[in-house]
Amino acid sequence: MFYREAGQFKSSYAADSQIFPIRQDRIGFGLIIAFAFLGVPLLAALGIVSNYTFTAILTPFLIFSLAALGLNILTGYAGQLSLGTAAFMAVGAFGAYNFMLRIDGMPILLAFILGGLCAAAVGIVFGLPSLRIRGFYLAASTLATQFFVVWFVTKVGWFTNYSTSGVISAQKIRMFGYTFNSSMSKYLFVLGVVSVLTLLAKNMVRTNIGRSWMAIRDMDMAAEVIGFRPMRTKLMAFAVSSFYCGVAGALFAYAYLGTVEPEGFNLDLSFRILFMVIIGGAGSILGSFLGSAFIVLLPIFLNIFLLFLETSLHLELPSGISSSIELMVFGGLIIFFLIVEPHGLARLWQIGKEKLRLWPFPH
Amino acid sequence: MDKVRKIGDVVLSFENISLSFGGVKALTNISFDVREHEIRAIIGPNGAGKSSMLNVINGVYHPQDGEIVFRGQHRRDMNTYESAKSGIARTFQNIALFKGMSVLDNIMTGRNLKMKSNFLLDALYWGPARREEIEHRKKAEEIIDFLEIQHIRKTPVGRLPYGLQKRVELGRALAAEPSILLLDEPMAGMNVEEKQDMCRFILDVNDQLGATIVLIEHDMGVVMDISDRVVVLDYGKKIADGTPDEVRNNQNVIDAYLGVAH
Ligand SMILES: Nc1ncnc2c1ncn2[C@@H]1O[C@H](COP(=O)(O)OP(=O)(O)OP(=O)(O)O)[C@@H](O)[C@H]1O
Ligand SMILES: [Mg+2]
Repeated sequence: MFYREAGQFKSSYAADSQIFPIRQDRIGFGLIIAFAFLGVPLLAALGIVSNYTFTAILTPFLIFSLAALGLNILTGYAGQLSLGTAAFMAVGAFGAYNFMLRIDGMPILLAFILGGLCAAAVGIVFGLPSLRIRGFYLAASTLATQFFVVWFVTKVGWFTNYSTSGVISAQKIRMFGYTFNSSMSKYLFVLGVVSVLTLLAKNMVRTNIGRSWMAIRDMDMAAEVIGFRPMRTKLMAFAVSSFYCGVAGALFAYAYLGTVEPEGFNLDLSFRILFMVIIGGAGSILGSFLGSAFIVLLPIFLNIFLLFLETSLHLELPSGISSSIELMVFGGLIIFFLIVEPHGLARLWQIGKEKLRLWPFPH
Repeated sequence: MDKVRKIGDVVLSFENISLSFGGVKALTNISFDVREHEIRAIIGPNGAGKSSMLNVINGVYHPQDGEIVFRGQHRRDMNTYESAKSGIARTFQNIALFKGMSVLDNIMTGRNLKMKSNFLLDALYWGPARREEIEHRKKAEEIIDFLEIQHIRKTPVGRLPYGLQKRVELGRALAAEPSILLLDEPMAGMNVEEKQDMCRFILDVNDQLGATIVLIEHDMGVVMDISDRVVVLDYGKKIADGTPDEVRNNQNVIDAYLGVAH
């Protein structure tokens, strides 16, 4: 009853081409953004949202969302499977670190952008095989990227500033004389970066560049015949995607971990982000966020649930069981989504909305 | 047929085009021409080489032999990007739409060569990028109106029935405002009403927009009705070429269609 577009007539194509053409969506989204920027800090001031919530849930959720968004551009929108996400994150992180380290007075945001651009450059180079191979074989070649980049950054001491352990300590995030020390300030910093980049991504996927990616994904021969150039389109997808992953990697190091080694960006991380895209929804920006929320929250809820089981049933569960169960749940869900709903949670959400539009009528 | 635009000069001609795949000779010494503003049909039994010929015209296939003269330019073969640039658009025998995208987006892709904005402006959706997007949206909507598919503009094409998909594919080709339109069996698998609609669209495109049309079609009634000239292929060879009446009475054509032994 409440979710209706009846009576909302568009008098121009500009109005119909908005990101959220339906008013209820616009209001809902506005509320979420307002809550994220104002509501959450307010709740923190009141002591309702704890430091733990920021450091263990909200900040990693946003950073993984950005990385998943990056991978989604490449895999979900442009149809090029990649297992090298963490490698591009590593390039972004170590890139930003070295720009900060070696150039005096380097503004942090600029360092992140430059780190992202380095990742984009690496993405283009390792995207070259996509011009000849696809699917499984491309995935295998991005796997090579993954191992090569981590190996290279570990081997060449310059990247870690010759730290003996290979671990780097990210510099403080400072802007306009303000240092982002508290977990809440880091959250807000990440939120700002992620919001801006998400808006840009949304704009890209609804305009010509986004259509070129989807065209290549859906039917590359037809895309070529109507004038999209496969090489340019694919490499652009690799570049933009890697840029997003690179910035996410820099945030990962600077706003989440603080200290990081190249091995922190291993294949495991790549897979986690791929799972986020599969569960959240390939080819959906919302899906990147849903998938990330799901994967960040699942272990937390699982732990609470197991704790509840232990205390209420007086069970003695073997230690470490929660991480095993976590893996099993992931595996099961991924198979479920791949088979039943390849467009993930985002598609389920959309189906829900379509139902709601008609509710209470069945058709 | 009294056309608003009279049939003009030769825009495209083929001299002894030969194309083979390994041992299979798809086309052997094919020569014919296409005049501006005409509807030129290519017919022939299954496997005759019709689709291959279309693929040669817009550079998907590259003939091993022969010459193509396109707008006065002599060349060995065409390439897809250049032919799109120079106003050749097409549809495919097996629908080649972008299944995950909406009808509107599919049609918008057809306008990509007319868009000047770059990805940075697109990302900002600001100034020229925004204006351009909306201006092209208007054009796309004109095509949607013309093809009478307003009600499905936001539907992902994968969910549409076959007949409508064919129509959307025509829309995507029209979005490029082509001067030459290649249609590979645009009416295959359609019922009579859908065929009538499609015929009307093709005639309108030819008549009002002045597009030259190269049409492959199995429905002889349709071909004889709407085409100006017909070329007939059989086993990769040209066996007849002329007006619908000439072709209809040609003995080779009758034999090919009745399956007389070669
Ligand atoms: N890409 C290809 N690789 C190999 N052989 C091909 C290819 N394309 C076409 N052929 C062969 O060329 C011959 C002509 O095929 P083509 O598709 O042009 O026929 P057609 O006249 O369009 O037939 P239909 O009416 O069935 O569509 C066939 O023998 C076909 O097998
Ligand atoms: Mg064919």
